[in-house]
Amino acid sequence: MELSVQIRKKLRDFELDVAFETGSEVFALLGASGCGKSMTLRCIAGIETPDCGRIVLNGRTLYDSAQGICLKPQQRRVGYLFQNYALFPNMTVAENIRFAASGSREEQEKKVKENLVRFSLDELQDAYPAELSGGQQQRVAFARILVSPAELLLLDEPFSALDGYMKWQLEMELSEVLKSYDGAALLVSHDRGEVFRLADKAAVIHRGKMEPVHTKHGLFRQPDTLAATILTGCKNITQARRLDMHHIYAADWNMVLETEQEVPANVRYAGVRAHFLHRSREMEPNVFPMDVIRVIEDTFSYLIMVRRKGMQGRMICWEVPKEEWEPSVSAELFLRFPADEIMLMER
Amino acid sequence: MELSPLIITLETAGAATLVTFFAGIGLALAVIRMKRFQGLADAVLTLPMVLPPTVVGFFLLLLLGRRSVMGKWLLQWDITLVFTWKAAVIAAVVVSLPLMYRTARGAFEQVASDFIDAARTLGISEWRIFWRLLIPNARSGLLAGLVLSFTRALGEFGATIMFAGNIPGVTQTMSTAIYAAVQANDYDLAFHWAIVIVVFSLFFVVLMNWWISRNSRRAVKWN
Repeated sequence: MELSVQIRKKLRDFELDVAFETGSEVFALLGASGCGKSMTLRCIAGIETPDCGRIVLNGRTLYDSAQGICLKPQQRRVGYLFQNYALFPNMTVAENIRFAASGSREEQEKKVKENLVRFSLDELQDAYPAELSGGQQQRVAFARILVSPAELLLLDEPFSALDGYMKWQLEMELSEVLKSYDGAALLVSHDRGEVFRLADKAAVIHRGKMEPVHTKHGLFRQPDTLAATILTGCKNITQARRLDMHHIYAADWNMVLETEQEVPANVRYAGVRAHFLHRSREMEPNVFPMDVIRVIEDTFSYLIMVRRKGMQGRMICWEVPKEEWEPSVSAELFLRFPADEIMLMER
Repeated sequence: MELSPLIITLETAGAATLVTFFAGIGLALAVIRMKRFQGLADAVLTLPMVLPPTVVGFFLLLLLGRRSVMGKWLLQWDITLVFTWKAAVIAAVVVSLPLMYRTARGAFEQVASDFIDAARTLGISEWRIFWRLLIPNARSGLLAGLVLSFTRALGEFGATIMFAGNIPGVTQTMSTAIYAAVQANDYDLAFHWAIVIVVFSLFFVVLMNWWISRNSRRAVKWN
């Protein structure tokens, strides 16, 4: 599978400007709601038309504004999994799948049977979509795409409508489905966990603008923009100023921090993930005395809100596993900001 | 008693509803797909519903009467519309069309665009989408439009009397017969036709409600 996308489209508040290439892997677009990530999928599927650009799938040009090519969605062979699954309400489960199947009547019946079994839907084949749970609806939607001639799978926030346990089960099922597509799919999500678990490569979209493509580890390790840092779940972000090659002034926290990474000349922000902070017994570089402002109990950890001792400034969140936190600790403690975990952003 | 007003009413309303049903659906689809002048087209199509029917009849006379350009052209083929049965049908179509158009448009617009888009990406042709998805999911709205336009055509008076006249046995419908009877001081006859119209209209509206509730049971569950 080979997909190359390069499109621009004027939206109400900003211009969508996206360019990437992807092969047999799961590629994720991570972005806040309304950032244009779903619109990107809709343009690839042909439901929306970009203003200009080019989309090529496996050597077939789906869209090319310069050559005046714009294939109908029916001709694109792109499977689109909608957020609400978009099943046909007037058709039963079996009819939903049969309606999408190509080929002769016998072939259609065969495909329907196979997929009813494959997704354990055989007992539900005469049920209407309204009678199904979210998870069951998603399985029908997958079956429907698999019987159609799709060459690529587009997943539009596939799990956002589900609760925790169901979400987990369907993620497991999705990896099965992906095998039928050489493992190639384009995933759009605002959930960093989902992206990390499912994707191989990822890019952040912020207000229509696509940021550089990373491997998923690269993106979470060193997101290079403020938007990417926030989207990957970093809770502690400060404005920053370069002091020298390995030191910054973290303005919101009132601290001078040493960094392992070389500081770019026009660094603007710095961040550190809440679980990378450590308690320290002695004073050394990057260790600061902190006042404990508030302790929040989370499901499996405590979130300790701290601020540099005796100073004003933004609170910093320190995440501690439950067994490591002693509530008896005094209101003052020493925290280390590991130099190799400090992320620097130029924009 | 002369039965012709009942027969003429049912025939004109039936013929008019047949035309209105398909024309209304076609126009609704056309207006939904318009990219420009949608508001203007909608206003023009809705106008006959809000204008006094006599105004509609008057314009029909001006447009299709014997002295009009269209009327003269039709005369070459020996076709006269004014004061004929065809005129009664045309009047009923023009007056009932807005009802069909509006309900059909509402019904189509309520069909979620998501599963229509999904069908397209699955490679299903526009033709199959129309017949197997759009029409079935808009069915109760379309049926409501059908019954509303039929009952509207049944009771049509103003445009009919202006354009088709009130000729007994030719263009006299139940509603124009009531008018004629009252003018002739025959209150019994007027009362008689009035009861027939009330019973018919009531019957069709009850039928419509029953139809819609039967059809929308699945839809309600879906929501």
